[in-house]
Amino acid sequence: MRDIKEIYADIPHIEDISQHGVYQSKRTKATETFAVRTQARNKVAADLKEAIRNSGLRDGMTISFHHHFRNGDNVVNMVVETLAEMGFKNLTMAASSLSGVHAPLIEHIKNGVITHIETSGLRGELAEQVSRGLMDFPVVFRSHGGRGAAIESRDIHIDVAFLGAPSCDPFGNANGYSRSEEQTISCGSLGYARPDARNAGHVIIITNHIDAFPNAPYAIPSNYVDSVVLVDNIGDPKGIMSGATRYTTNPKELVIAKAAADVIRASGYLYDGFSMQMGSGGASLATARFIRQMMLQEGFRCRFALGGITGQIVSMHEEGLIDRILDVQSFDLIAAESLLKNRFHQQIDSCYYASYLRTAAVNQLDFVVLSALEIDTDYNINVLTGSDGVIRGAVGGHPDTAAGASLSVVVAPLTRGRIPSIVNRVNTVVTPGSTVDVVVTDQGIAVHPDRTDVQAKLAEAGIRLSTIQELKERAESIVGIPDPIRYKDKIVGVVLYRDNTVIDVIRQIDEDE
Amino acid sequence: MELVQTGMAGTVESSDIMVTLEPRETGGIAISLSSSVMQQFGKQIEQVIRQTLAELGVSHASVDAVDKGALDCTVRARVYAAAYRAASSEAYDWGAM
Repeated sequence: MRDIKEIYADIPHIEDISQHGVYQSKRTKATETFAVRTQARNKVAADLKEAIRNSGLRDGMTISFHHHFRNGDNVVNMVVETLAEMGFKNLTMAASSLSGVHAPLIEHIKNGVITHIETSGLRGELAEQVSRGLMDFPVVFRSHGGRGAAIESRDIHIDVAFLGAPSCDPFGNANGYSRSEEQTISCGSLGYARPDARNAGHVIIITNHIDAFPNAPYAIPSNYVDSVVLVDNIGDPKGIMSGATRYTTNPKELVIAKAAADVIRASGYLYDGFSMQMGSGGASLATARFIRQMMLQEGFRCRFALGGITGQIVSMHEEGLIDRILDVQSFDLIAAESLLKNRFHQQIDSCYYASYLRTAAVNQLDFVVLSALEIDTDYNINVLTGSDGVIRGAVGGHPDTAAGASLSVVVAPLTRGRIPSIVNRVNTVVTPGSTVDVVVTDQGIAVHPDRTDVQAKLAEAGIRLSTIQELKERAESIVGIPDPIRYKDKIVGVVLYRDNTVIDVIRQIDEDE
Repeated sequence: MELVQTGMAGTVESSDIMVTLEPRETGGIAISLSSSVMQQFGKQIEQVIRQTLAELGVSHASVDAVDKGALDCTVRARVYAAAYRAASSEAYDWGAM
């Protein structure tokens, strides 16, 4: 072989071709068998503390978590408890969402371990305390698409991601379910964890089940992963998912669902080859049942269903009515099992799902059916704060899908107990009225004034329409006019729209007599 | 209407109100109200209770009300029934309701 060193300098434009110099021959190959190598040299840390020490985490940094274990999650509490024991302070928690099970965080906020929170939602005691002024720094609420975009654009820089996974191999190929023979917990899609894995400075997979390399299929490939920690308990399967999401039997919700399906058909968005997303709320999910009947009558097929996926969508897929499923979050065990056995049920991540930085899957939606806590006369939607002003929900994909879908249908009962759903001004604007097309209640339907095309089509189909003002007055005539919620000046939450601009704030509730 | 014993009506189911009336000699109407919609409707519920008792001619009573989001018509009906029970009377004036 000619000595390349001699001619290196003569290569034209070498500085534009390579900056790495001349090849140096040396023997450094590993020669043990694959079987030995996976045992002897892998990414499995002795324990969580060792993984944290190796991550380079320091005070003031940002840690991240996903919420695919929902209210069964044990990863957030376990990790934060460990970080507290190790003496970390002033950390930012960038979770894709938080639930009632995360109440132990209150203690770690009070003792200064966690000083900043980024999330899609808050529930339970933690939400109550935040609404009462627990934190100095406001909680930042983002949509699923907004969070994905913020991570990709480094608005959120994740230093260390702690990602729970029901299956993983010694090198970090991680998934929300497993094709191995052994039984493991299943959470289905790991869609909200994937942007973290791709963009975090350091990635730790926390699993209760280590399978042999390669753990295929995987949601998170091993090349994104720095270490793997085996623990006994990543979460309670009962809290992670229910066996099957049931269709509602509530007659009010069925009336709403039937009306919503009629609206969709009459608007022209139900045709052979359409696309859809169904929320998981009672009425929005029940709409799928009426859509199914219409599809069977007309001989229509759905090209793809998007979003949080439930057993209802899976059964329509399995009976040949839905060609493809794009699954960012599996809501029940049937959805998780389908991901395992149906080849056209595809796992996607939150950027693919809904990031505004690209043409996301939400932009291919014909229609979405969404729930709401409150709707105002400008069609703004609140899904985050309750009628008492306390945080009790999540932004989720609400603003993403409302903006992306050609027809956004918001379903809600006109009143819930004594609380009106249609009001003058929502407590918190999460989804702006400019992206909402139709509001369907059990006592009337209103179409956004900008959608004259939809108004004309519904009128032509003989569907009776009300104005949103009329719906508000009808609600008031039943329940009366509520006194406004009293707030203090302190801002406890900032709500960002999907492009990460500020759309509203949440203030501390005023409970003084 | 003269109250002679404790009278109770309603349940703590959603959209109902449980009203307990205790007779007393003096001191007017004293209301202890807890409600799932206290901030939004607390004042209105109290007002409806006072108005209904006034219509029935009850001027002294202590009222314990546990509200779970009842509408005004329900509040009236429960106060009415509790008052008649407290008065040990079944001579309901159906037309007046």
